[in-house]
Amino acid sequence: MSSSRYYAPTQLNEAVQQLAQQGARAMAGGTDLLVQMRSRLEKPAAIVDLKKIDSLRRVDITADSVRIGSGVTGAELGENTALVACYPGVVEGAELIGSTQIQGRATIGGNLCNGSPAADSVPALIAANGICEITGASGERQVAVADLLLGPGRLDLQPGDIITAIVLPKPVAGQADAYLRFIPRTEMDLAVAGVAVNLTLDEQGVCQQARVAIGGVAPTALLVPDAGAALVGTRLDATALTAAGEAATAAARPISDKRGTVEYRRKIVAVLTRRAAVIAAQRTGRAS
Amino acid sequence: MARNHVTTTVNGEQVEYLCDTTQSLLSVLRDELGLTGTKEGCATGDCGACSVVADGRLVCACLMLGVEAEGQQIETIEGVASSAGLHPLQQKFLEHAALQCGICTPGIIVAAKALLEKNPDPTEEEVRYWLAGNLCRCTGYDKIIRAVLDTAKQIQGVSS
Ligand SMILES: Cc1cc2nc3c(=O)[nH]c(=O)nc-3n(C[C@H](O)[C@H](O)[C@H](O)COP(=O)(O)OP(=O)(O)OC[C@H]3O[C@@H](n4cnc5c(N)ncnc54)[C@H](O)[C@@H]3O)c2cc1C
Repeated sequence: MSSSRYYAPTQLNEAVQQLAQQGARAMAGGTDLLVQMRSRLEKPAAIVDLKKIDSLRRVDITADSVRIGSGVTGAELGENTALVACYPGVVEGAELIGSTQIQGRATIGGNLCNGSPAADSVPALIAANGICEITGASGERQVAVADLLLGPGRLDLQPGDIITAIVLPKPVAGQADAYLRFIPRTEMDLAVAGVAVNLTLDEQGVCQQARVAIGGVAPTALLVPDAGAALVGTRLDATALTAAGEAATAAARPISDKRGTVEYRRKIVAVLTRRAAVIAAQRTGRAS
Repeated sequence: MARNHVTTTVNGEQVEYLCDTTQSLLSVLRDELGLTGTKEGCATGDCGACSVVADGRLVCACLMLGVEAEGQQIETIEGVASSAGLHPLQQKFLEHAALQCGICTPGIIVAAKALLEKNPDPTEEEVRYWLAGNLCRCTGYDKIIRAVLDTAKQIQGVSS
């Protein structure tokens, strides 16, 4: 018989206080937390349901930023046409999480906070240069998504910290992103590898900036600066794409498991890098 | 520790129950409310046997807490047929023999109904992707997909 308490605060400061209790856990969609509780990995003394806090459930697009509330679900992100227009790659990462049923619950903040190396929404957030807005007992702070991730299941968060939103810069003209993952079946599996590319092409189709982030092939998703650098100044010709892929392979530090071997992951991450770069370029409408 | 008192609406009827914080909506439906049409398969969100609709969203009842249903509208398999008879999907599942052991069937009917309400004329590919979270170990899926597509055709025919 469990004796956990349940809270569904509507105000962020209430949630912060409730999470200060010993053994309290935040819950968004619960698709990771409830599975962990069932396998007895987690036994929270209290569950603080974040879904009633309005500011966590909104997407706000302004002149210079795109603020995605941490509690927005994959299904809601996919239905937000303005967001899809700005960040098709971020949305396709989030929409790859689980099935229709999981999509109705799983949030982008939960995906990030669970800390899985294969979390599908994270590479595109890193490629987009996303910043986490965090509120905790000691106040507010901001941390880049890439710096938040310390290792599998380990984040730069204090107990009770709540990620309220992930803030992305508003894309400029000629900028687009894409996320591709490889899984052994067509739906409902975890990424063997995943790659997000965010790039900007000028009107001649020459790449002005590129950020490449890889997932599933290291203890955390990570930015590969060399892969982005290989694309800048090019029209994404075969040589540039090959060099970007090789940089991704060089940065990968994968493990072998039932989904794939080290050798396979290192190879596939290059393939995904090349393909995601081409898709992102096509989305800019400026690819030559 | 007191249990949570919840007031919610299940298949259009207001219900009240007490539940533990960690008790899933699935356990509440089956064990507290006697609505055993919703099945438990994996209990980890992989199989879809416990699919229900909560405030218009298809979800796995095993991955939602009973206490979260407060104030929501919950729809289960028990609300699919009406006094007028079976839902067209149920009829088509019978016609196409789209079930064998039947454990996955309530979840698949609830999921397919949610699809047709959102997208009345889905392609085969859309039906297969939508139902990818509903596992069936008997039929090999083809008959299920055909039953859903045939239902869509029938409903379209009636309304046009
Ligand atoms: C069947 C199934 C399939 C899945 N498939 C995929 C997949 O393909 N790809 C993938 O990446 N993942 C997958 N997942 C994992 C999971 O669905 C995702 O990680 C999901 O995004 C988690 O979000 P949530 O809102 O459900 O998180 P929750 O379970 O609510 O929370 C996850 C963790 O984050 C913490 N947390 C949540 N929100 C916050 C916040 N705002 N601030 C601080 N901490 C917070 C919680 O305390 C908890 O530790 C799958 C899960 C299931 C059950």
